[in-house]
Amino acid sequence: MKIGKITGTVVSTIHLPIITGQRMLLVDLLDLEGEATGDYVIAIDTVDAGAGETVLILDEGTGARQVLDEPDAPIRAVVVGIVDEVSVGASAEL
Amino acid sequence: MHLARVEGTVVASTITPGLEGTRLLILQPLNRRLEPKGGAVVAADAVNMAGPGELVYFVASREAAVAMPETFVPIDHAIIGIVDHVHEVES
Repeated sequence: MKIGKITGTVVSTIHLPIITGQRMLLVDLLDLEGEATGDYVIAIDTVDAGAGETVLILDEGTGARQVLDEPDAPIRAVVVGIVDEVSVGASAEL
Repeated sequence: MHLARVEGTVVASTITPGLEGTRLLILQPLNRRLEPKGGAVVAADAVNMAGPGELVYFVASREAAVAMPETFVPIDHAIIGIVDHVHEVES
């Protein structure tokens, strides 16, 4: 999974039937310092995440189909969590 | 899924079984600012409505074939929607 920040939404009228009714979020991927890496992904929202929130992204097809409960969905990226806090290296040196 | 601009079409009259009649388009993947990023790819048009100049979103890897009517086909990029609007939010 990856950590990202929601920076926008993608609006589309013509799409595969499976996408109807789904929210598609534009998510900037973040590095360990919480800075944007420059990479991004369009992910389907499953947790009602909002703009500016730091979220957990699953970018893997089988897991995405399982989360969406759609065995035939051609979807790879889904937002599966809203991140409250990330702690890096705080307890690495005890 | 990522954003891309349709740059052109590909016609292949001899093609592997299962892909007959599939629309093949040349895609230029884009970054979040809608600027070109990386090399162009050939993608199958799963919505059958995309055309040159349009902004689309596509899925890559195994999920691309899942988007096709026949799912066990050698496709690694597929267009799954046409973008009306990308709404950027202020953070």
